[in-house]
Amino acid sequence: MNEQIKVIEIKNLSKRFNNLTAVDELNLNVYQGDVFGFLGPNGAGKSTTIRMLLTLIKPDSGSIKIFGKDLQKERLEILKNVGSIVEKPDFYGYLSAYKNLEILGRISGIEVNKNLIMKNLEIVGLASRYKSKVKTFSHGMKQRLGIAQALLHNPELIILDEPTTGLDPMGMKEIRELIIHLSKEQKKTIFLSSHLLNEVEMVANRMIIINKGKTKVEGEVKELLNKNRLFVTIEVEDGDSAIEILKNSRWIENIRNQINNTFEFNVDSKEIPLLNKFLVENGVMINSIIPKRSLEEYFLTITNEAANA
Amino acid sequence: MLDLISIELYKIFKKWRTYIGFIALGVLVPLIHIAMVLEGKNTINFMTRNIQESFVFVGNLLNTYLISYIILTSLAIHIPFLITLVAGDLLAGEATSGTYRLLITRPISRTKLIIVKFIAGWIYTNLLVLWLAFLSLVVGYFIFGTGELLIIDGQMIVIFERTDVLWRFLLAYGFATLGMTAVASLAFLFSSLVENSIGPIISTMAIIIVFVILSAIQVEFFQNIKPYFFTTHIMSWRLFFEDPLDLKEIFKSAANLLAHIVVFFGLTLFIFKKKDILS
Repeated sequence: MNEQIKVIEIKNLSKRFNNLTAVDELNLNVYQGDVFGFLGPNGAGKSTTIRMLLTLIKPDSGSIKIFGKDLQKERLEILKNVGSIVEKPDFYGYLSAYKNLEILGRISGIEVNKNLIMKNLEIVGLASRYKSKVKTFSHGMKQRLGIAQALLHNPELIILDEPTTGLDPMGMKEIRELIIHLSKEQKKTIFLSSHLLNEVEMVANRMIIINKGKTKVEGEVKELLNKNRLFVTIEVEDGDSAIEILKNSRWIENIRNQINNTFEFNVDSKEIPLLNKFLVENGVMINSIIPKRSLEEYFLTITNEAANA
Repeated sequence: MLDLISIELYKIFKKWRTYIGFIALGVLVPLIHIAMVLEGKNTINFMTRNIQESFVFVGNLLNTYLISYIILTSLAIHIPFLITLVAGDLLAGEATSGTYRLLITRPISRTKLIIVKFIAGWIYTNLLVLWLAFLSLVVGYFIFGTGELLIIDGQMIVIFERTDVLWRFLLAYGFATLGMTAVASLAFLFSSLVENSIGPIISTMAIIIVFVILSAIQVEFFQNIKPYFFTTHIMSWRLFFEDPLDLKEIFKSAANLLAHIVVFFGLTLFIFKKKDILS
């Protein structure tokens, strides 16, 4: 993977707003062909980073290279090959979907014709509404139009900031399928920001988790979300008698936490039936067994921390 | 660049607020025309009441030139308001609708974006003044015809021959566009600072009203700084209705307005280039 071409290279990127550090010495690399999941709870600094990637805001320090070019110095050249959605999809509501795309295409300096616009509206399922004013569109339709405008100039890199926000499950599925299509069939590089781990897991090959503007975890999605590395939460009827039984077994070393009748075990997925069998055979009444992946739990913890902050 | 300007003009003229100015003038000027048809002679009598004993007036005094002059004088505050409706929305409107993000993530420089928007705003300003000129002069011509232009300014009476007026009006309207461009530039500057278009409209009008009030106060301090207010020079189109023309004053006023336009535009460009787009 490291031999691949770097499409995005962020080094020591920082941005402060008054006393708030939104992005703090962030480093990341996105390679050609990646679907790169950019994860973090709300307020983690994802949108600020994306805004810096798209030159909407200026970094306080650090550097951004896209396609190997310095973003500050070669902004126009770089943006010709970048399509994006930043946060909520906003358009000129008093204009039609068609006219919005035509205007954005012309501003991008590309040859805009009806075929091109209709083809992009077709991709996102809005071809039949091309004449409708955008102010009559639902959030989901605007989100899809956002994707159409991001694809309009056939960019190599597509930056999508929470593209499934506000969509119904079917809409979310369609967007996921579109991302996979763009990656697999059209060989686009996709930078996908999300606060949903499972969403990233379904489409991304590499990912980073950030919180409070800092990198927390980075790597291959398969590796980070290794399904064999689990911890299991087991709730029993009587925690005191269960711990007495466990003390005399090898499972005692796997306990990572106990709160009253609830135990958390670090185990391999293959060991769950054995643990279950041991407890049942020793007369422990089990109410529930909930397996969790460690990264999922970690992500949930930082998300809860951010929500309670 | 021309394509970008046409896009900007298309956006401007697709918004209903753009037509408020045209509709307002389209209602106001004909109303003044109707009032003049009904009461014009009384108005002339009232204007000349102090000099009727000394002068005998012959010919058509109630003509399109006199009415256009009255309209231009009385709309000095109203037209800036109509200008700010659009100029104040040029940048703030993009922030309000969230479309700044769409524009700035495109391969277009911020400088170009500001220039294009400014030119589009300037074109709108010119069209509005042109519309006023059309309604006042052309429509007025078909109702009242032409004649000598009588201007009574305080103790001074100036009468221009029928053949000596039209060019003065053309230059006066031209100068008025310069004054209105200064107003548009100020609204454009405020538009770059905020994220809704009400702020720039109110701020620009507040500045115009405050400057006009300060200029009217007969205190030496205010009278000394009055020549530096751009509002003082907005009304300098009147200089074209003097005989002989005071070219020095005309150029001074034009230079003042031009300097204000350059400074307001420069500040807008500086602010916008540094601005973090958070909307």
